[in-house]
This record gives sequence, C-alpha cells and structure tokens, in this order.
Amino acid sequence: MLGKTANGLYWMSRYLERAENTSRLVETGQRIGLTRLGQDDDEWASVMRSASVLEGYAENHDEVTKDAAINWMLRSKDNPASVLSTISDARQNARLVRTALTHDVWEAINGCYMAVKEALAHKVSERDLPAVLGLIRQRTALVRGATHGTMLRNDIYDFTRMGTFIERADATARILDVKYYVLLPSAFAVGSSIDNVHWETILRSVSARGGFRMAYGSQVNAHDIAQFLILDKRMPRSLNFCATKIHNNLSYLASDRAEAPQSSLMSQALVERFMNHSIEDVFDYGLHEYIQTILGMLCKLGQQIEKDYRFYE
Amino acid sequence: MSEKHIFDEMWGSDEVLRGPYSEFQNWFQDEDLKRLRAKQREAEEVFRLAGITFNVYGRSEAEERLIPFDIIPRIIAGREWQKLCKGIEQRVRAINAFLHDIYNRQEIIKAGRLPKEMIAKNEAFLPQMIGMTPPGGVYTHIVGIDLVRTGPDQFYVLEDNARTPSGVSYMLENRETMLQMFPELFSRNRVQPVQNYPANLRRSLAACAPPNCEGRPTVAVLTPGIYNSAYYEHAFLADQMGVELVEGHDLRVINGKVAMRTTHGYKPIDVLYRRIDDDFLDPLNFNPDSALGVPGIMDVYRAGGITIANAPGTGIADDKAIYSYMPDIVEFYTGEKAILENVPTWRCSEPDSLAYVLDNLSELVVKEVHGSGGYGMLIGPTSSKKEIEEFRKKLTARPANYIAQPTLALSTVPIFTKTGLAPRHVDLRPFVLCSPEGINITPGGLTRVALEKGSLVVNSSQGGGTKDTWVLED
Repeated sequence: MLGKTANGLYWMSRYLERAENTSRLVETGQRIGLTRLGQDDDEWASVMRSASVLEGYAENHDEVTKDAAINWMLRSKDNPASVLSTISDARQNARLVRTALTHDVWEAINGCYMAVKEALAHKVSERDLPAVLGLIRQRTALVRGATHGTMLRNDIYDFTRMGTFIERADATARILDVKYYVLLPSAFAVGSSIDNVHWETILRSVSARGGFRMAYGSQVNAHDIAQFLILDKRMPRSLNFCATKIHNNLSYLASDRAEAPQSSLMSQALVERFMNHSIEDVFDYGLHEYIQTILGMLCKLGQQIEKDYRFYE
Repeated sequence: MSEKHIFDEMWGSDEVLRGPYSEFQNWFQDEDLKRLRAKQREAEEVFRLAGITFNVYGRSEAEERLIPFDIIPRIIAGREWQKLCKGIEQRVRAINAFLHDIYNRQEIIKAGRLPKEMIAKNEAFLPQMIGMTPPGGVYTHIVGIDLVRTGPDQFYVLEDNARTPSGVSYMLENRETMLQMFPELFSRNRVQPVQNYPANLRRSLAACAPPNCEGRPTVAVLTPGIYNSAYYEHAFLADQMGVELVEGHDLRVINGKVAMRTTHGYKPIDVLYRRIDDDFLDPLNFNPDSALGVPGIMDVYRAGGITIANAPGTGIADDKAIYSYMPDIVEFYTGEKAILENVPTWRCSEPDSLAYVLDNLSELVVKEVHGSGGYGMLIGPTSSKKEIEEFRKKLTARPANYIAQPTLALSTVPIFTKTGLAPRHVDLRPFVLCSPEGINITPGGLTRVALEKGSLVVNSSQGGGTKDTWVLED
C-alpha cells in the first residue's frame, strides 16, 4: 500500500470519528442545558473545551452563547473541527484513497457528506437540532457499518481502524481531562446535585449511560466512572479498549516485518499501563497528571505511526 | 443548415425507423413517460452518490459538477461498427508508425509528404524523444478517435486524441447505470459488452513492460491529484485495474527505476499510465516548476527502466495542424487509402486558406491548433457579429494558431425530454488500446450529446451530456 494511502485512510477515519464526537458533545450540551433550570450558558464553554474548540471560538466571538456555540461546533467553516469541516475533510481523504475503499464504503461516506452538507447549509434552529444531530449519527453509523461489513481485514482496514481509535482515545481523554476535578475523591465526598449533572455530562459525552448502568447499576460515583472510562475492557470508548485495538491493528501490520517497528512497542507500553494499573493507582498518581501522560503518549504514538508507515516520506 | 438535411440515427432522414432501433422502439412505445422521468432522476442520483463528477476549471472552490446523463441509448448496428473498426485500426497503426518515423528517420519529411516546419516549429514535438523507441514500439497505448456522422454511411474523424484521452469511465459507468435501470432492454437487445475495458487496459499496459522488468509488471496510474477535472476517472481506472493510484510526490527515482513510496518502503514501477501532460512529467527535463511529475523519470525512461503510457511527445500526432495531413500520413505508412475520412480542413497558416477563412467566418468552425475541451473556438453559424469580429482579430494576429472546418450537419439521436424523445446532435469517441499483442477497440465508446436544441457543442465543459452507446450483435 502507498504511504499516502495509509495516511489518507488514517485521517479519513479520524475525521469521521471527530465529527461524531463533536456532534455528541453538542447533543450533551443541549440536553444538559434543557434540564437545568435558571442557569446561563456556562455549560457550553465546558462542552467546547471538551471538543478542543473553545480557543478558536474565543478568537471569533466575544461571549459564549448557546446558539453561537452550536453553530461553531456544527457548521462553522472557520472551525476546522466543526462537524461540517471534519465530514468534508473525511470525504476529501476518502476521495484520495478511493481505490482502497469498497464501493459501499465510498458511497456511504459520499452520501454522508451530501446529506450533512445539506442539513448544515443553513443555521440549525433549536427545533430542528434533534433531527440534524440524529442524521449525523445515522450517517456516520452507516459508514461504520459499511466498513465493518464490506472491507477486507487487511492493512487498509488496520489503518482505518487505527485512525478511529486514536481519535477516540484522544477524545475520551480530553473529556476526562476537562472534568477531572469532578471525579476526584474529594469531589465525590461532596456529592451535591451539581455533581450529578457533571457525571451525567461525562457519561453522555461518550455515549456511556446505558453501558454504565449495565455494568454498575444506577448508583453513579466518581470511582466507577473513572474505572469505566479509563480501564474497562469492554467499554468501546474507554482508554484501555482503544489502546488495545490500536495495539492489535499495529500488531497485524507488523506481522510481516522481521523486527517490530517502534510504534508497536509504544502501543504495547500503552496497553500494559492500563492492564497493570488499578484505578486507585491512577488516583494516587493524580488523575489530571495521568490523563496528561496518556494524551502525550497518544500524540507521540500517532507521530511514530506516520514515520513507521511512510505517511509522508 | 436546414433540419431536413440532418441525419437522425433513429429515424434516418425521412422518418423511417432504422433497423438498430426497432427493438428499442417496441419497448419505448409501451413505456410510461412518468416512469421514465423517475428513471432519469434515479440515474442522476446514482451518479451523484457514486461521485462521478468533474471539476470545472476557473470556478471557485473546485466546484464538482455532474455530467448530465441521458437515459436513451445510442444504438449502432454490428456491421456499421465493423467498418468503423477497420478504419480506426488503420488510423491508429498509421499514427504509431508516424510517431516512430518522426522521432527517428523522418522519412515522411524526406519524401516531401509533410512540410518540415510542421514538426520543427511545433510545440508538441519533443526533442527528448529523438532516437528513442518506446518499449514494444508502442507510442499511443490508449487512443480516443473522435468521430462524427453525417449520413448512414458517412463518418468523419473530427480529431485524434493521442495524448491522454479521457471519458472512458463515463463509457463504463453509463453502461453500468443502464444495466441497473433497464435490465429488460438488455434482454431484448444483444448488446456487445464494454465491461472488459479495465482488464484489457491492464493487460495491454503490462504487455508493454520495459526490457528490465522482472516477473509480473507493476502498473500504476499517475494523477495530478484530487483537484484535477478527471480525478474521478483516474481513481476509477486504478481501482478497476487493481493498481495503485499515485501522485508525483509518491514517486522517486531509485537505482534506475521509478519507485513508489509504500508502507513498506519504495517499490519499483514498470508501467506508468500517466494522466498528466508531457510538460509536467519531469521537472528536470521539461517544465522545471512542475510539482506534479517525477524528477528524472525521462532519464529512467530513456534507459529502458520504465514504460510511460502514452509515450511523451505523442501530441505531435494529434495536433490539429497535423490533423489536416492525416489522409497523407495514413497512406504513407499503410500503403492504403484512409478508410475513415477527415473533415476538410483549411490551415490558416497558408495565405490562400486564411483569405478564404476570413471571408467565410460566419459559416466555418475555427479551432485553436493546440486547444481542447471546446475552449477558444468559433462556431460561425451560431456566433454573433460581434463574436465573429473579435475572433477575426485573434485569427489575423496569429493565423498559424488556427485551422478551420466547414460546419458539418452532425447526426442526431433522440434524448429524453419532459415531453418525450427529441433529436440532439452527437459525436462518438471510441477507445483504442495498443500493445505488441495487437489493437483492441471496445465496441461502442463515449457518445457526447449537445443537450440544447440545435447546438453542436458536445463538450462536457460546455454543457454537453453523455449517453450509453450500444453496438449490437448482428
């Protein structure tokens, strides 16, 4: 496979995942806003920070309002991480690697782009928001389904999956980092109703409310949330789960090489970290510091993959 | 030009249904217009979703547009096609012999059949190709011959496309779409298949592998990138052939081979089907500013390390000034009279011709010698006085840059409109593959159709559409 193609596949799936994550955060912000009485739009700053788009927003706006935040996250062309921008980028990358994709996957991505572009052609009114968010969710799920159902499990698939899981791990880590103070044992001790809102925000942001209930019941506490999102082996957005997937895909890719490339060793180290640590270890290390370390490792791993697989030169 | 002289491929010149269309007409009579209108919309949706689009140059943001597709097939009888094939094959053989001669002994000039300045002063002539014979002796691996028709037995070659002819993906997708939408039509008619084209292309390219190729030749398609107007086609062909689609920055010269950067390091390429112009191919040997090509590829090529398809410098054969000499060229190299006729052509470089052209601008079609895509041409009969006068200035300033031809009464075929069938002018581009194994012509080709009533401009960049083209099994 061409290095350029590996690069295109990797970024195609990273952008798709990013679009999905961003739209989920918008959904969370909207939901939280509607269920809190008498509050201002403060929640949106936190939502945008979770999506790593607050800085760009602040450069273009004087104050944080719900409408402007939603517009920024969904359809602003000035925001490279808006849903519209990322779906366009995903589709552009898909065009670049068109020969590596099945007909079904290409049509799903192109169809996703056409539908989302149309839905986001104009400002989205509050009453249309649920339908638009639903459309984004469905269209991106269709791409995932086509990928799962029609692609050979070869190197093309591995690069596609790796993009997905690096982006997802990064997103989960950032959401945790923005809300880490809510998860500290000291905050847990307080146990006020405001904390419940924060917890709900965190779980909604990673589509984990149902999964959490199944695993831990309806009693929410910081310890279990952190355990669930960092160390759980079955939760598809947990850091452990994502790291394991990345490592598996890198192992498949490296299987025909005499010597394991650096990136495989790095993903191995990442996985071992999650396997060997208990959540108490994480808290002892310091949750914020722990997440920062993970984010740093993910970033270096991404760069090493680019090098090992000749993305650019 | 009055309507009654125009030959319609379905109804002839006198409203009598022609043979190839009889089964189609039986089917069409029983069809409901409403259903067909829905099918026409469905076809558009299929094309849009598949991303079969082209980018329009000079528009903002690399806008992607659909080439309109008309659901009514153009139907050609098998024996009509056989005759055309003979003419096409003869012409393509002559073009390859001509190219070899021009870049080697130049016998045709010595024999006085072609003026020396046609070559010496021609920008399409590449001195870098002098004395060089490409692998297998093939110059034009892929050729598109543009044909127009004016009567039941009268075809003309409008132009030869010997550089990088495009449109073959539309030929294939049009057929695919028709098969999906109207399977019953294919049960009633025996239509010769076109689907083998990608496999034939790959085989044909592989058969031209360079001398130092070991094992199964590695083929790749070179594209200028996703913003090129024909990117869809480049990706489509690479995909269908099962080969890599590369850009200049994926390639590098290593150990006397052109190699592509893969996830496992650099891998040599044996045959490169390039879809970029000569000028951009190699910044070391041609345009130094080109970022699209591969530095040093020409040196590898000359040393027999790679096959470039089509060979650099083939433009000298499809140049519009050379075109007017094609009947002589065919005769010179094949020893036979050209089976396919040329459109009578005035070379504006010749004073007598120029005088005639200037006197008759309102009746002629005037084209740039190096132009393509329907840009920079004048269609006298449909142009305003002002347009003609403006063109006259350009023509007088650089006469050698132009040729002129009479306005032909192009044949029509029906298209589907809101109110039913209506005749529109068409041309035809059959696709030809050349290799040491022989010449392969796909039955049919790309029919381009002018969608405006009375219009003669079929170019997609100027609002033309396409049709599926059937050659029937007689």
